[in-house]
Amino acid sequence: MVQATAPASTKTILRASGLNVYYGESHILRNVDLQIPEGEMICLIGRNGVGKTTFLKTIIGLLEQRSGNIEYDGKQLTSQAPYKRARAGIGYVSQGRDIIPRITVRENLQIGMESLPGGMGKNRHIDPLVFELFPILEQFLNRRGGDLSGGQQQQLAIARALLGKPKLLLLDEPTEGIQPSIILDIERAVKRIIQETGISVLLVEQHLHFVKQSSFYYAMQRGGIVSSGPTSQLSDDIIEEFLTV
Amino acid sequence: MELIFSQLLDGLSIGSVLLLAATGLAIVFGLMGVINLAHGELMMIGAYVTYVTQNLFRPMGEGIFELYFLFALVFAFFITGIVGVILERTLIRQLYGRPLETLLATWGVSLVLIQFIRSVSTSMTIGIVVAVVLGFLAQRFAPKKLKQASFYPYLSGLAWLVSAVIGFLAITALSGSKFLSKPWFGPRNIDVTAPKWLQGSWGSIAGIELPGIRIFIILLSALLLAFVAWFLTKSVWGLRIRSVTQNRQMSNCLGIPTDNVDSITFGIGSGLAGVAGAAITLLGSVGPNLGAAYIVSCFMVIVLGGVGNLVGTVIASMMLGIIQSIIGSGAILIAFPEIPNPSRAVIEFFATTSMSYVLIFIFIIGFLQFKPTGMFPQKGRSVES
Repeated sequence: MVQATAPASTKTILRASGLNVYYGESHILRNVDLQIPEGEMICLIGRNGVGKTTFLKTIIGLLEQRSGNIEYDGKQLTSQAPYKRARAGIGYVSQGRDIIPRITVRENLQIGMESLPGGMGKNRHIDPLVFELFPILEQFLNRRGGDLSGGQQQQLAIARALLGKPKLLLLDEPTEGIQPSIILDIERAVKRIIQETGISVLLVEQHLHFVKQSSFYYAMQRGGIVSSGPTSQLSDDIIEEFLTV
Repeated sequence: MELIFSQLLDGLSIGSVLLLAATGLAIVFGLMGVINLAHGELMMIGAYVTYVTQNLFRPMGEGIFELYFLFALVFAFFITGIVGVILERTLIRQLYGRPLETLLATWGVSLVLIQFIRSVSTSMTIGIVVAVVLGFLAQRFAPKKLKQASFYPYLSGLAWLVSAVIGFLAITALSGSKFLSKPWFGPRNIDVTAPKWLQGSWGSIAGIELPGIRIFIILLSALLLAFVAWFLTKSVWGLRIRSVTQNRQMSNCLGIPTDNVDSITFGIGSGLAGVAGAAITLLGSVGPNLGAAYIVSCFMVIVLGGVGNLVGTVIASMMLGIIQSIIGSGAILIAFPEIPNPSRAVIEFFATTSMSYVLIFIFIIGFLQFKPTGMFPQKGRSVES
């Protein structure tokens, strides 16, 4: 087993320490320590059911830790509602994508701007950058979100999160069940956003090519971090152990 | 024929009241999955607000009194809306995600509200205010150290209990005075006089009189409904409400303040009930039990029309209103006296209010066999998944 280390960068946007999270009585996350440096993409890998999604849900506030701290942007996050965390700059793309089904694509994008100062009442203009990244969305602006295909919904979910101009973007398996050409589109978009805006990304992923785009990895097993290091040192052994390839 | 037409207008106006109330109920149900059994009592509150407004405006002279009903509509909307918000913040929010408990709790609230209207008096109001103020003061000025203690929830519960007892004692102490303990409304029905411009006829079409009250109610509900539709589909708060209705967790994660959305939605739904209640006062005398008569019809409208479907709600409520007023009143028999005997007997059998309900229920049960999701079910990919 590889010795757990932390990323080298000095400034961290998010620092989780000693997180313990339960679903009822079952202990899901055990003493998780994780740091996300500013302006970088970090990935969290692990097989199904080890607690990766639980970790993201704890950061956005859908679940509350029983012990441990989450420090975000220099402040402690303690039992703040998810909408307050979103307004503080945490963007969340969930595993099920969670597009609001019976409103249009345009309205879904508007809701993405709710976390900006002033909410969507004062931010009505959709940044054309998202149409540059995902041209399909501009074509389907007036369709209902629930009528899009899985890949289109994924693009919409990422675009929606980006419109909130997050400082930290949480991506939960953005390539799950999506055709390869769109996976590449999504990868390109995420990389470009990091380069242009300097946001930090926490990626939960099974897709090896996407994982390798990140600078640092954490590997999770049975609710705890068991290995971490620069992605360049991601050996075949680790890949075989933690990714379902 | 004239009789049928006037009964038709009757039906449309009853249907319009149902439409307002059912829309309020459907908005709340759609958002929180909460079946609010106290919805009928919110209508009742709207009716009593109208009655109070009338009494407040009466001494102000003939001219201003004529306008009281317009003010009453506004007051009914806001006061009932505020009652709804209080109900949501204090009770329904605690029971979120537990539909059965909510059902029972709101039923309890409806009983409390009915009895409250029956027995509310000045001394009772003072007692309640005293208890609530004391309770809040106790919470507000509790020392910080105490608030962090593990037993604080029990202590705060005890504080509320003590304030309630003090309030109760205050009521008992004040009830010695005849003036203070005289009920404001009592259990009997109350009557609201329609202003002169609503009474009588608003002209006629092809020799058929257009009664002002009926036309006013129909126009009122059409106008309000148009406003609600605009609010839900075009305004920013409407988008927030629709978003939370369809996916609460994700809306929360995107920055929508779900607790405020809940309050506003509940307030609007309750406010609509209040306006419906105000409209009912024009149709006849009203009493504390008003809600029970309407809540069932409201649910029937929702079942028939489908939740969250405006067109379905309109058609269903108008249908219910018309069936009630044309068949229930026996107008068919008077209009067509030459109907032969066997069918005459059948129509006569259903020509009472309760039997027309039976007819409607038979119709709904039959209808649901063929269209179990209502007249206009939701369509598209999102429904199938």
